[in-house]
Amino acid sequence: MPLARLIPCLDVAHGRVVKGVNFLGLRDVGDPVELAQHYGEGGADELVLLDVAATPEDTATLVSVVGAVADVLEIPFTVGGGIRSVDDASRLIESGADRVSLNSAALAEPALIAAVAERYGSQAVVVAIDSGDDVAHTHGGRVATDRPTVSWAVEACERGAGEILLTSITHDGTRSGYDLELTRRVRDAVPVPIIASGGAGSARDVAEALRVADAALVASIVHENPGGLLELRRAIEELGIALRPIKERYD
Amino acid sequence: MVAVVDYGAGNTRSVRAALTHVNRTSVLTSDPDTLLNADFVVLPGVGSARSAMAHLEVSGAANALRRRFAEGRATLGICLGLQLAVERSDEDGGVACLGLLDGDVTRLGDGRVPRLGWSVVEPWGEAYYFAHSYAVRTPDATAYADGAVAAAQRGAFIGVQFHPEKSGPAGLAYLDRCLSLV
Repeated sequence: MPLARLIPCLDVAHGRVVKGVNFLGLRDVGDPVELAQHYGEGGADELVLLDVAATPEDTATLVSVVGAVADVLEIPFTVGGGIRSVDDASRLIESGADRVSLNSAALAEPALIAAVAERYGSQAVVVAIDSGDDVAHTHGGRVATDRPTVSWAVEACERGAGEILLTSITHDGTRSGYDLELTRRVRDAVPVPIIASGGAGSARDVAEALRVADAALVASIVHENPGGLLELRRAIEELGIALRPIKERYD
Repeated sequence: MVAVVDYGAGNTRSVRAALTHVNRTSVLTSDPDTLLNADFVVLPGVGSARSAMAHLEVSGAANALRRRFAEGRATLGICLGLQLAVERSDEDGGVACLGLLDGDVTRLGDGRVPRLGWSVVEPWGEAYYFAHSYAVRTPDATAYADGAVAAAQRGAFIGVQFHPEKSGPAGLAYLDRCLSLV
């Protein structure tokens, strides 16, 4: 089994990194390329770039950000937000994204999952589920659907999803810990790896999530102290979770 | 000059960016003569075995890769690029591959599939990034991770299941070592 992964998530709007608390009240915290490189060299195992505005005019901006990130980043990254078609996914992957994350569009048109997976393989397709009251939500967590979270996760995998990025809307931004119970139920129902997301407040929270999930998404706890990612890794390892050893830079 | 094989799928930008990081210029091409004459060829790895082999056969790149191998000229296959080097793959209902290495490709059976993440490759003792659902079985294996083949070599062909271009400083150092063989 691969080592547990720590994945900083950069929320991007209009080409800039912003930070969400309960998906509301965004505040600008920087340049995506600079931050991606910083995390790439500073202890991230992988990155997620999420376009939280995702208006059609943002798509061109996102493609150029993805290209610039790919040119400096030496670790894998996933891009999500506003991907509505195979062409959208292709543009991002061909600009250098390793994987795309599908959310609202996959709920509206589940066949999109298979279409992207057939072209680029399941390992390139993440299905993100924003879960609240045990149902999947669309539009950045604002609109509830009638799809129970677990059965949607199962269907997404049957259609070709290679990983589930599971965010608990109620835990997100609260720093009260991940929703371990929900994460466990989804993990037990699907054959693919799971990224737990929403609610990290401490190294202990992340370590507990990594006992259940294959990876943990982290946002505010690292964005407010980006130099603290290596500290966070050490604290998680002291709690008994094996992470990859971080090497000095290659010269 | 390094030639990166273009077979119309996926993420060649990262491979070329990594080559730039280790101070090599590269071209992206499917032209058989260019592939035959390059100092070093990288066969990158994203996409499915069937469409990749179809592209390689139609463009003539497949035969150029076979000739390079016969002439002892260096090629590095990455991920699918390793899987395409063996005799056949179970992917997509069965696909005949390049046959540079003995062996075949089967679907991963253990753990969560796709296998995504960093694993320590033995006997090298370094962690590299893996993202795959199929793996090779070959007597030419030289390294393993989590019980699956992580690297294989025969003659001047080296194949790795992990992504050196996505494996941070360790990956770039690996790429540099491969390139320094030529």
